[in-house]
Amino acid sequence: MRIYVLLKQVPGTSDVKMDEETGTMVRTEHKNVINPLDENALAEAIRLRDTIPQAKVTAISMGPLHAQKALREAIALGADDAVLLSHKHFGGSDTLATGKALAQALVNLAGGSLGPDDLILCGERATDGETGQVGPMVSAILDVPVVTYVRKIVLEGRHIVAERVVEEGTEVVRLPLPAVITVVKDINQPGFPTLAGKLKAKTCDIPVLIPDDLGLSRDDIGLSGSPTRVVKIFRPKLSRDTVIHQQDTSGVAVDALLDFLEERGVI
Amino acid sequence: MIALTYKGVMVLGEQRDGVLHPVTFELLARGRELSDKLGEALSCVVLGCGMERFAEEIIQRGADIVYIVDNPMLRRFLPRPYSTVLARLMKEVKPEIVLAAATTQGRTILPVVAAKLNTGLTADCTGLDIDPVDRTLLQTRPAIGGNVMATIKTPVARPQMATVRPKSQKPLPPDKTRCGQVVLKTYESGIFETCEELVDVVKDRTQDVNVQDADIVVSGGKGLKSRDNFRMVEELAELLGAAVGATRDVVDLGWVSYPHQIGLSGRTVSPKLYVAIGISGSVQHLAGMQTSETVVAINKDRDAQIFKVADFGIIGDLFEVVPELISKLKERSNTKAGREG
Ligand SMILES: Cc1cc2nc3c(=O)[nH]c(=O)nc-3n(C[C@H](O)[C@H](O)[C@H](O)COP(=O)(O)OP(=O)(O)OC[C@H]3O[C@@H](n4cnc5c(N)ncnc54)[C@H](O)[C@@H]3O)c2cc1C
Ligand SMILES: Nc1ncnc2c1ncn2[C@@H]1O[C@H](COP(=O)(O)O)[C@@H](O)[C@H]1O
Repeated sequence: MRIYVLLKQVPGTSDVKMDEETGTMVRTEHKNVINPLDENALAEAIRLRDTIPQAKVTAISMGPLHAQKALREAIALGADDAVLLSHKHFGGSDTLATGKALAQALVNLAGGSLGPDDLILCGERATDGETGQVGPMVSAILDVPVVTYVRKIVLEGRHIVAERVVEEGTEVVRLPLPAVITVVKDINQPGFPTLAGKLKAKTCDIPVLIPDDLGLSRDDIGLSGSPTRVVKIFRPKLSRDTVIHQQDTSGVAVDALLDFLEERGVI
Repeated sequence: MIALTYKGVMVLGEQRDGVLHPVTFELLARGRELSDKLGEALSCVVLGCGMERFAEEIIQRGADIVYIVDNPMLRRFLPRPYSTVLARLMKEVKPEIVLAAATTQGRTILPVVAAKLNTGLTADCTGLDIDPVDRTLLQTRPAIGGNVMATIKTPVARPQMATVRPKSQKPLPPDKTRCGQVVLKTYESGIFETCEELVDVVKDRTQDVNVQDADIVVSGGKGLKSRDNFRMVEELAELLGAAVGATRDVVDLGWVSYPHQIGLSGRTVSPKLYVAIGISGSVQHLAGMQTSETVVAINKDRDAQIFKVADFGIIGDLFEVVPELISKLKERSNTKAGREG
C-alpha cells in the first residue's frame, strides 16, 4: 500500500496583515508553513501506514523550490519520501492545472497506474486559496472515487470506511481503493517531528520533477493550462450611512441604539 | 468559436433527504439575474428520486426549464453517480454558465464535473455578474490574506462554472403565473452505478446552530477576551431571540464551536440584524456578514474596519456598553409587556 499526501506550502496566516492605506498585504516575517489541514492529512497517512506492514507514505507538493522546506518538514514528521513539482512553467496554475500536474505525478510515482490499495490524502482546503477544489479534481482526472470533509478513516482490507461531516451531521461511506480523501481538522491532532525523522529530513534527497519528467506540455499547466483568469483585484467599497455614537456615562449612545433598532422594526 | 454553441444558465438544485433545499431558490435568483442580462433561458437540474413534485415551485422561483433525473440510485448524494450524470447532461444541454451552492455537496461535485469537462471553476463566489463587453461571467470572491476581492473570468473554456455562497442572495418570491418546461431525463442504468456505498447517516443537531436561518445574529470577537466574558454575547443573543456568531479567532480559541463561525471559512449570514461585538472586521469576516440588512458594531477602536459596514456604531468599551444594553433591553421589554398585558 502506498499513501500519497498532497501537501501545499502556504504563507503563515497569522503573519499576514493588511496595509490599511494601500489595501495590500504586508507579510511581516513572511513565514511559510505546511497548509494546516495537510498536516492533518499527513498525520492520518502516518497513522494508517503504521498499521499496515510495508505501507509507505509519500508527500507530494507543487510549488517554488523553497517548498522543499515543507517537504523536509513532512519527512521529519514521518513521511517516507517526498517529491516536489517545480518549474517556472507550473507557475500561475489554477486549480484545474494544479490538479492535472498532481494527478500526472501520482500516476508516474505509482509506476503507470495507481495500485489496488493506494490512497491519496489531501486537506479539505488550503488557507491561501481556500478553494478546496484540488482534491476532487485530482480524483476526477484519475477517475477514482473521492470522499470529502472526512473526519475518520477506517481501513478494511482494500476498502475504506470514511465518516464525512456534512451540514446535518455525519455520513458514513464505504468504498474500494484507490481513492482520494480530503480531511477536516477534527480527524486527528498532528504529531511532532521525531529525532530520526529530523535526521532523515536533513540528509534525504527530495527529487524535483519538471513538466518534461511528467510528459506534460506547456499547454497543460501553468497559466496556459488554466481555464480561469484573475481579471481584477479591488478593495470592496463599503457604503452604509453609518451613525456613530461615542459611549460615555450619560447612557445616550445605548438609548439611541435602541431607538434606532425600534425604528427599523428589528426589535 | 466553441463558446457560441454554449447557451443559457444552469443551476444545480440541491436536495437533502428527498426534499428540495431552499439554497436552490437562492441559486435561481442569481441565475435569473444573469440569464436576463444575457437574454437566455435559465434551467435547473435536480437529481434524486421522486423530485418531480418540486418542478412547479422551481419554475415559480425563476426557472424556464427544469431537468429532472429520477433514479433510486440518486436518492442520496454520492459523488460518483451525481457527477457522471451531471457531466453527461451538461454535454448534452451545453449551458454557458453553471452554478451550484457552495455546500458540502456543491463543493464536492462541481470540481469533479469541471475537471471532467476540462473547464474552470471558481469557488465560493459572493458576487456574480455579466461582463457587458464580452458577455462572460464575472466571478467575484474575497481574495486571500487581505481586505481585497478578486474578480475571476473563464475566458475560453465552457461552461463557466462557479459555486456560490449560501445566503449570499435572497430568493425570489414564488410567482404563480410563471410558466416553464419540465424535462424528464432518462439514461441507461449503467450511468447510475457506483462503487460507493452510503452505510449510515447520523443526524447531529449540535452542528446545526442555525445561524443561517436566524433573523438576528449576535456575534462576538476576540475583544471579549475570554470564554467567560463571551457569555455576555450569548445572553444578549438569548434576549433578542438571536443566534450566536463568532469570528474565526474566537472559534480557534475554543470559546464556541465551528458551526458558529461567520466568514470566509465559516458560514455566510444575511439576517435582518447583525450585531458585531469586539470584532475588528477583517475582510474574511465581512465576507460572511456584509449582506446583512442592518449591522450594529460595538468596538473601542474608532478605526476598526467593522464600522465601515455598520449602520449604527458605538465607539466604546464593550464591557460597559453590552451590560448597559442588556439591562435596558430587559427594561424595555418589561415596560412593553406591562403596556400590552
Ligand atoms: C484564509 C483566511 C480565512 C479566514 N476566515 C475567517 C472567517 O471565516 N471568519 C473570521 O471571522 N475570520 C476569518 N479569518 C481571520 C481574520 O483574518 C481575522 O483574524 C479575524 O476575523 C479577527 O477576529 P476578531 O475580530 O475576533 O479579532 P481581532 O481582529 O483581534 O479584533 C478584536 C477587536 O475587538 C476590539 N476590542 C478589544 N477590546 C475591546 C473592548 N474592551 N471593547 C470594545 N472593543 C474591544 C478591538 O478594537 C478589535 O477591533 C480568516 C483568515 C484567513 C487568512
Ligand atoms: N500546489 C499544491 N501542491 C500539493 N498539494 C496541493 C497543492 N494545491 C492544493 N493541494 C492539495 O489540495 C488541497 C486543497 O487545496 P485548495 O484547492 O487550494 O484549497 C490542499 O489541502 C492540498 O492537499
